[in-house]
Amino acid sequence: MSGLVTRRTVLAGGAAGLLAAPWVARAQANTLRIGMQSILSGPIALLGTSSRNSLLIEQDRINAAGGFLGRPIEFVFRDSKGQPQEAARITRELVNSTGCELLIDAEASSGSFAVQEVVRDLGTIACIHTNSETSSLTADPKIRAPTAFRVARQGVHDAVAGSIYLADYASAKKLNKWATCSPDYAYGRDTTAQYLQFFKQFKPDVEVITDAWPKLGQPDFTEVITKLIQAKPQALFTLLYAGDLSAFVNQGNVYALFSQMMVATPNVDYPVLAAIKNLPPGIQSATRYLETFPDTPANKEWGQAYLKRWNERPTNWSWQNSVAMHFYEEAIRKTNSLDAKALAAALAGMKINSPFGADGTITMRDDHTTVGYAIGWGQTTPKEPFIIDVKPADWGKIIELETEWKKQQKYI
Amino acid sequence: MNLDALGACLATSACVVTQTTSGLIVGMLLFLVAAGVTLIFGVLKIVNFAHGTFYMLGGYVAYTALGATDSYTLAVLSGAFAMALFGVLFERLLISRVYGSNVLMQLLVCYAAVLIFDDVVKIVWGPEFHAMGMPPAFQVPPLFIAGGVVPPFYAVLIGIAALIAIVLGLGLSMTRLGKTVRAAAINPQMVSALGVNTTALFAIVFAIGGGLAGLAGALAAPVRSLSPGMGFSILIESFIVTVIGGMGSIAGALVAALVIGLVRGFGTIGFPQFTDGMIYIVMIVILLLRPQGLFGRRA
Repeated sequence: MSGLVTRRTVLAGGAAGLLAAPWVARAQANTLRIGMQSILSGPIALLGTSSRNSLLIEQDRINAAGGFLGRPIEFVFRDSKGQPQEAARITRELVNSTGCELLIDAEASSGSFAVQEVVRDLGTIACIHTNSETSSLTADPKIRAPTAFRVARQGVHDAVAGSIYLADYASAKKLNKWATCSPDYAYGRDTTAQYLQFFKQFKPDVEVITDAWPKLGQPDFTEVITKLIQAKPQALFTLLYAGDLSAFVNQGNVYALFSQMMVATPNVDYPVLAAIKNLPPGIQSATRYLETFPDTPANKEWGQAYLKRWNERPTNWSWQNSVAMHFYEEAIRKTNSLDAKALAAALAGMKINSPFGADGTITMRDDHTTVGYAIGWGQTTPKEPFIIDVKPADWGKIIELETEWKKQQKYI
Repeated sequence: MNLDALGACLATSACVVTQTTSGLIVGMLLFLVAAGVTLIFGVLKIVNFAHGTFYMLGGYVAYTALGATDSYTLAVLSGAFAMALFGVLFERLLISRVYGSNVLMQLLVCYAAVLIFDDVVKIVWGPEFHAMGMPPAFQVPPLFIAGGVVPPFYAVLIGIAALIAIVLGLGLSMTRLGKTVRAAAINPQMVSALGVNTTALFAIVFAIGGGLAGLAGALAAPVRSLSPGMGFSILIESFIVTVIGGMGSIAGALVAALVIGLVRGFGTIGFPQFTDGMIYIVMIVILLLRPQGLFGRRA
C-alpha cells in the first residue's frame, strides 16, 4: 500500500486539507462549548464520572433536537481533583482559553466556593453548580453570585427532611445517644451541624456523645471506627460518601459496627451500594437517586436509559446534572440568548417539569437554588431495590424550617 | 483535646485492646510500605517518591487476580510478586539512569512515574473507586479479648506483617544476600570492588521493596477503597516512618510505624482534632532528640 503513496497524492491531500480547513474551523467555531469541571479521579471520582455520564446523554439529546440556538453543544471536561485552587484556575481556563460560553460546576463544595468567586469576578458567564450541597453557597447573600445558580439537593433541605424522619425513628426505637462521623470540610461540618440543630429541635433528649471528622479520601478509617465503638452510641449519623462510604462500611463490617449501633446516612447511591460487597441491612438511608422514588414511568425510563448507556446505575449527581441542562435549555429557549444576565433573569423563579420532582416539577427559586426535588428516607436491603419502605419528605415543612434557619443565620 | 477520654480509655482493658489492635494494623501495613522505602534508601541512597505507586498497583493487581481466581491468597501473592517484578523493571528502566544525579532529577523521574501510573490505572481500571470485598473466610464476627474488639482479619494481617518483619530482619542479618545488602548500604564501592554484581543487587533491593509495598496494597484491598492516586496518602506517612526510624533502618521502620499506628489509635480519642498534628509533633520531638532517627547512624 505504501508504494501507492506518491509525492503527488501527498501534495493533493495537503491541498485538499488546506481547502477544507476553514470549513472545519468554522464548524468548530459554531459549536457551543460548555465547560464542566469536577473531581474525575480518586476515591470521590464517582461524583464527577456519574455527572459526566449524565451530561453526555444530555449532549446527545440536545444535539439531536438541534442544539442550543441552532448550534451543536460540546462539553469540555476538566478534573480539579477536588483542589480549590485548581478549581478556580480551571474555571478561568475554560472561559478565557477554551472559549466555553456556559459552565456546569460539578465540583464538591471544596471546589464550588472557589468557582463561585471566579464566576462573580468574570461577571459575564452563567454557571450552574450541580453537586455542592453546602447551603451557604446560595443561601448567604454575600456568597451568592448574580449569574451562578445551584441545581442540587441542599444540606438544609436534607437536614430538615432527615431530622424529621430520624427523630420519629429514634423515638420509636428509643435511640438517644448518638455519634457523628462526617468528612472534615465545609459540606461535612456545615451539614452535620444543620442535621443536629433540627434533630434536637424534633427530639430534644438526643445527646451526641462523640464525633469523628475523617479527611476526604482518607484510606483507613480504623481508628475512627474503634473510637465510635468505644463511645458505645446507640446510633451513628454519617455524611461520608462515594469511595469513603464504601471503605467505611467495609472496615466497619470487620468490627461488626453495624450490629453495635444503628447507622443513618443520607448519602447512599446505587454504585456505592453495588460496590459494598456486604451491605448491612437496616441502615436508615435517604434516597439520593432511586428508580423507584418517585415511582413514575418517566423516572424509571431515565434510570434505565442511563443504565443501558453506561452499564451502571446513575447517582444523585447524575440527575442533578441532567436537570441543570433542562434549566439551561428552557432559559435559552425563553431568552434566545447566552447572555449571562439575561439567562440569570430567566432562571430565577423558573419552574420545569421533571421526573425527579416530588410533584413532577422542580423550581429554581429566586435565591438561585432548586426546591421541590424528591426526598425520601427508608432503610437499606442488600438486594435491589436496595432501599425499601421509603417515606417522602414534606416540602412544606422543609421550606418553613429552612426560612427559620435563614433568619437565624441572618441571611434574610 | 480530650485528656479525660484518653485517661478513661487507658484505664479500661477493652479500650486499650481495641485501640492497640487498631494502632497495630495501621502500623504494620505502614511498615510494609516504609520498609521498602528505607531499604532502597539504605542501599541505593535513592528516595523513592514513587513507592506509593507500588502499593496502589499491588492492590489493583490483587483485585483483578481475585476476580480471575476467586482466591484471596492467590490475589495477595499476585499483588506482591507482580510488584516485585515491576520493581525490577522500574529500577532497570528508570531509576538506574539517575544514580548519582541530584535529588531534584530523581524526584522528577519518580513524580513522572507516579503521574503516568495513576493515569494507567484510570485507563485500565477506570477513574472510579473499586471495593474488593471481604474474603468469605473472614466474614465472621470479631473476637472479644478482655472486652476489646479484635477482628480476625486484622489479627491475620498483623501476623503476616510481623512474620515478614522477622523474615526480613533475619534475612538481612543471617543470609549471604542480606549481609551483602547491608554491606552495600555502608560501602557500595567496596562491595563492587569485591566482585559482587551490584547491578543485580540493586534490582533485587527494588524487587523486595516493591514486593513489600505490593503486598501491603493487596492485603489492605478488602477493606480500603481502590482508586487512582491512593498511593500518595500512604507515601507521606511512610516517609515520616522512614525519617523517625532512621533512614535505611528496617528495625527503625518497624518501631516508627508502630509508634505512628499507636499515636493514631489513641490520638483519635485524646486529640480527635489533632491526630495528624500529633504524628508530626512526635516526629519533631524524636528528631530533636535524635536527629539521625531512632535507629539511624550519624552521618
